[in-house]
This record gives sequence, C-alpha cells and structure tokens, in this order.
Amino acid sequence: MAEEKIVAPVYDDEAEQAKFLEERRRQIEEDMKKPFDPEAILEVRHLRKAFPLKKTLTGKVTQELIAVDDVSFKLMPGETLGIVGESGCGKTTMGRAILKLHQPSGGQIIFNGEDITAYKSPQMREIRKQMQIIFQDPYSSLPPRSTVGGILSEPVEVHNIVPKDQVKAYVLDLMDKCGLRDYYYERYPHEFSGGQRQRICIARALSVNPKLVICDEPVSALDVSIQAQIINLLKDLQRSLNLTYIFISHDLSVVKFISDKIGIMYLGSMVEFGNKKEIFENPLHPYTQALFSAIPYPDPDVKMNRIVLNGDIPSPANPPKGCRFHTRCPHAKEICKHVVPTYKEYEDGHFAACHLLEEE
Amino acid sequence: MEERKTPAVESTAESELPLDRQVRLMSPTRMVVRRFFRSKLSLVGLAMVVGLFLFSFVGPLLYTQWGEIQLDESGKTEYAVSETTYTVDGVEYTVRQTTEKSLKDNFLAPPSAEHILGTDNEGYDIFVRLMYGGRISLTVSFIAVFVITVLGVLLGGVAGYFGGWVDNLIMRVCDVLICLPGVPILLIISTLLDASDIDAKYRIYLLMIYLTLFSWPGTARLVRGQILSLREQEYMVAAEAMGYSTSRKIFKHLVPNVMPQLIVQMTLSLGSMILYEATLSYLNLGVKAPYAAWGTMINIISTNQDILQNHLNVWVPAGICIVIAVLGFNFVGDGLRDALDPKARR
Repeated sequence: MAEEKIVAPVYDDEAEQAKFLEERRRQIEEDMKKPFDPEAILEVRHLRKAFPLKKTLTGKVTQELIAVDDVSFKLMPGETLGIVGESGCGKTTMGRAILKLHQPSGGQIIFNGEDITAYKSPQMREIRKQMQIIFQDPYSSLPPRSTVGGILSEPVEVHNIVPKDQVKAYVLDLMDKCGLRDYYYERYPHEFSGGQRQRICIARALSVNPKLVICDEPVSALDVSIQAQIINLLKDLQRSLNLTYIFISHDLSVVKFISDKIGIMYLGSMVEFGNKKEIFENPLHPYTQALFSAIPYPDPDVKMNRIVLNGDIPSPANPPKGCRFHTRCPHAKEICKHVVPTYKEYEDGHFAACHLLEEE
Repeated sequence: MEERKTPAVESTAESELPLDRQVRLMSPTRMVVRRFFRSKLSLVGLAMVVGLFLFSFVGPLLYTQWGEIQLDESGKTEYAVSETTYTVDGVEYTVRQTTEKSLKDNFLAPPSAEHILGTDNEGYDIFVRLMYGGRISLTVSFIAVFVITVLGVLLGGVAGYFGGWVDNLIMRVCDVLICLPGVPILLIISTLLDASDIDAKYRIYLLMIYLTLFSWPGTARLVRGQILSLREQEYMVAAEAMGYSTSRKIFKHLVPNVMPQLIVQMTLSLGSMILYEATLSYLNLGVKAPYAAWGTMINIISTNQDILQNHLNVWVPAGICIVIAVLGFNFVGDGLRDALDPKARR
C-alpha cells in the first residue's frame, strides 16, 4: 500500500480522527488511479458494498449496513481463490458485487483489463458471458418450469455461442462434460437430486464459455460424498477449460483442497490474503489462527490446541470501532479499539490487516 | 448426438436401459391437468360452464324459431266482464256483459311446444331471450376479465419488478380506486349515459369498461406480490447473471410463474363479473329493453306483482342461469387452485 507511515491518531480527538479518515480516503483515490495489472484476470480494489437500512423522507441514508468494506485482491488466470469466513461476513455479497449483481458502493472491479465498475446493464450483458456464478442452493437456483435442455440452451441462444442448428449438440456435449446423461435433456429440475441439480447449475454457468466462475458455496447444501464428486468435477473442468475460480466456502478442508490462494474475511473486510501454503503454514492474523485451530483432525488421540473465540460475530449494521475483530481477539490492545488497521503486504503476496503485526 | 431417440416409455423386461431411463416423470403442466380432472367438483363446474356456452352461442343458431326482439304477434283474445246495475221500481237488475277483445301480441303465454318457456309480458320468447342474455353476460364478463387481467399484469408487474417510486405510485392509485364506492358512481354514469344518445346495446359495454377500470387493483396487487417474492428467488438472480434482457426476464421467467395464480383469479372474477352485469341490468342500469340480459329479465318482477306470483316461468329461468354460471366458474376456479397448488404433490 502507498503510505505505510500513517500512524494511528488518538481516538478521543475528533479532529485528528477526521484527518486520519481524510488521509485514508485520499490514499484510496490514489490507489484507484494506478494502472491495471495487464496479467491479472480480475483485480479488485477497495471494493465496498453498503446497503441502506434507514432513509429520511428525502432519500438520504442515515444508517447503512456495510456488508463489504475495503476488499482488495488480484487474481491471475487459471488460479482458484478460496474465500473463507463465518456466515454473515460478506463472502456472498462480495461475490455478487464482483459480478455486479449488487452495484458496488465504492472501489473498482477490473476484469480482463477493463474497469467494469460503472458499466450499465447493456455493457454488462457482454461481460456476463465471461464471468459466471454457481449458487449455493441448487434447489432454488433452477427455474422450476423449464426442462434441463431449456435451461441450458437459453443462455447459448441468447449469447449466440454457437449457430442455432448446433445448439442442441452443443448442450448435449456440455451435459456430457458435466456428468449428465443425454436423456436428462427433457426432464425438469424437480426430478433430480441435489448433486445432479448442482451439475446442471455448473453446466449452465459453463454454457457461455466463461473465463471466471464464482462458486458461491456450491457444495455446502450437498452430502459429503456428493461434495467430493462436485469438487472433483470443478477441478477437472478447470483443468480442461482453463477456468479461474473464486470459491466461496465456510468449509476449510474444501477450500484447502481446491484453492491456490486464500482470502479470509471477517465482518465485511479481508483480514488476510495469500497463497494457500503461506496461509496454512504461517497464518498471521489472530482470526485466521483461531479459524485454523478449529479444523477437526480425524484422530481422537490428537490433542487439539484450539483457540476459542468468545461471543458472536458482531452485527455488521453496528460494527465495532477500530479493528473489527477486537471484541473477540485474544490479543487485543488499546489501539485495536480505536483505529482500523491497515491492510498491507507482510511477505511476498501475503497480506494482512492487524496492529500486532505492524508493531513487530 | 443429433438423432437422439426419446427414451422408451414402455420398457420391457429384456430392455437393456438403466432403470432411470425407463421411467418418465410427468411435466408440471400434465400433472396439473391430471389433478384437475381427478376432482369431480371441477368437472361439474366445467360441464356447467361449457353447457352455458353452448346454450348461449350455439343455441340461437339451432333454435331459430324466434329472435331476440321478435314479438309473438299471433294474437291473444282477452275477455272483459262488465257489470251494470239498474234499479227499477225497487228491484235490482244486474246486467253482465262480456266483451271480447283481440290483442296483437301473445304475451304471458304458458310454456308450450311453441314457446318452450312461454312468453313474457311483452310477447317475447323467454327461452330464446335466455340464450341471447347469456351471450351478453358471458361476452361482457370475458371482455371485462381480459381487460382487468391485462391492466393488472402490466401495472402489477411493473410495480413489483421495478419497485421504488413506480411501485409506490401504482400502489397508491390502487388504494384510491379501492376506496371509491362503486354503485353510487355507477348510478351517476348511468344517468349520464341516459342523457347522451348511446345505443342501448352498447351501454352495458361502457359500464363494464368503467367496472374494469375500478377492478384491476385486485389483480395488480396479486401480481405484484407474486413478482416481489419471485424476484428474490435465486433463479432470477441467475437469470440476471446470465445477462438476459429485462423483457426476457419478465416474460420468460416471471410471468409463467405467476400464471397459475392468475388463471385462478381470472376464473373466479369471471363469476363475479357475471353477477355484476346481472346486478346492473337488474337495477336498470345495464342492458335496456328491448335487448335481453339475465338481469333485465328478472327486473320485470320489480314492477309487476302478478308476474312475481303467477308467472314463475318468466323470471326464474334467468335466475337459474346466473346461479349456474357463477357456480360453474367458481367450481372451475377452485379446481384449478387445488390442481395448481405446488404443495399438493401427486
């Protein structure tokens, strides 16, 4: 990050606080003017998404829920980024904001060297071909009144992926790739089990030849045995079609299996980001450490050394001041209560946001 | 790949196909049709409605003996007895005199071979007028329901899909329309129509247009509510993520899912529109003589006690027709509601 010298001001002094915030805003603006990384398929800079909670009559927002706050990362083609976090930490909102299913309230989304943040729907429709999403719930994400063939050929026809007379062959080929029998073509979604439905969802997402697929907890609604099948399918497809994934999950073992990079989110912000190996071997943030200590180990004789966090995740409508994690952090200090820690690079490609690290 | 065969439905023991290929499940539409025809009540309703349609629209083509406004001019003889009393020398003499009067029209004839249900007080054939009355009632209510549905889907759909101030505006208009009292305003409009020279035949259509303008809020609210809940379904988010256009999302993904509720609403409001039409005609606001409508045919009794008591054949059949129509549409509507209920699996 640009200027690492910004020292924490004293919380009580309103003027200092305002100055600090102003400085921060300036810094973000400066960051956003930087040139795009030509190699990255996706670059997210200071992404922010706030939902209005209360409005005055004139439409001015008086209270808002900040679901995603200042998230930045870069993703190279062919990589898989795993996003981990508790429920309600903004993982799904972040995924949808990247696809612009929610209009971001701030920050930049740079996809394939194009800043798509301000794109309106006609422009977005072209981009949608290249970025797709697989939803968590395979039951509600398929339209109940279309056949599988209809569901899969509709996007192909809308985006003119292949000539009209080849659509059926294309769809059948796609179904074959996703492990669906050809005679499912005329069936309805309600005739299938969760795993097969998720395969249909995957086939639908891949029908437009996307480059980036956001998998929003694609396996958490499935049985463990089916989970393995779906994850292997996703991995195989990634290899053969050179896909980039953002894999959102709260299941660490799944994320560990599939990801190249991992981002850990807490209450809307990214607390740590880095290569899988780095993160698992050397977790920097106390939240990551607590999270990893909770991974169950399938041996009753191994004594687990768990870091137990007290309390619940605070409400994002009324987040704690300072570091958002300080209410539950075992190492919290005075400064954590007042000042938001800066998110910066500690090792090569390993980012974290914590005051404890800053001191070392 | 191209010449893929449809899976075999009738599987035999020697078929090599896997089990799941042998079984074909029903499409949602076929399932609904099956459930609808399984219910006896909805079949009765359907029979009533179809029967009335045949009666009103095909009937007059087959039974051409009398027309809607064709008087039976075969004449009728009316006898009048007059009494005159004279007093001559304290003795009272009463002279009775019978006069025979020949009238042009054959009115209030009892049911006979010539007039299946007799004639009314003017000499029109009641059976034939029932058919023509049915034509008006059914046409008017169908047009009204069609207009109500179109308005309701458009406005409710727009309100539900776009939300925000559009939604607020449309829903407040709905609230205002629902608050307005129907009958007093109808009376005013009817007086206005009387003052202006409008053909008696088209009065009822004008009144029904007014009725539709006041009845769409119900449908609009239903559609809006349905779309509000469907819009949040994940498959709509998926449609957005697929980059479908707004019109495709509305007409290919939302409207088909609102259709079941809409069909039910339409059949039920057909019944109430028939009632409305009958009420208007009864109050002499709708179809006026010499044209026939079920309500107008019953209206005769309001001015003629004699017919109310002694000539049931004049007005009871029209009442029965109204009851059959309304019951039939309600049975069909209820049957459809049960058949379309997604929770009733089987």
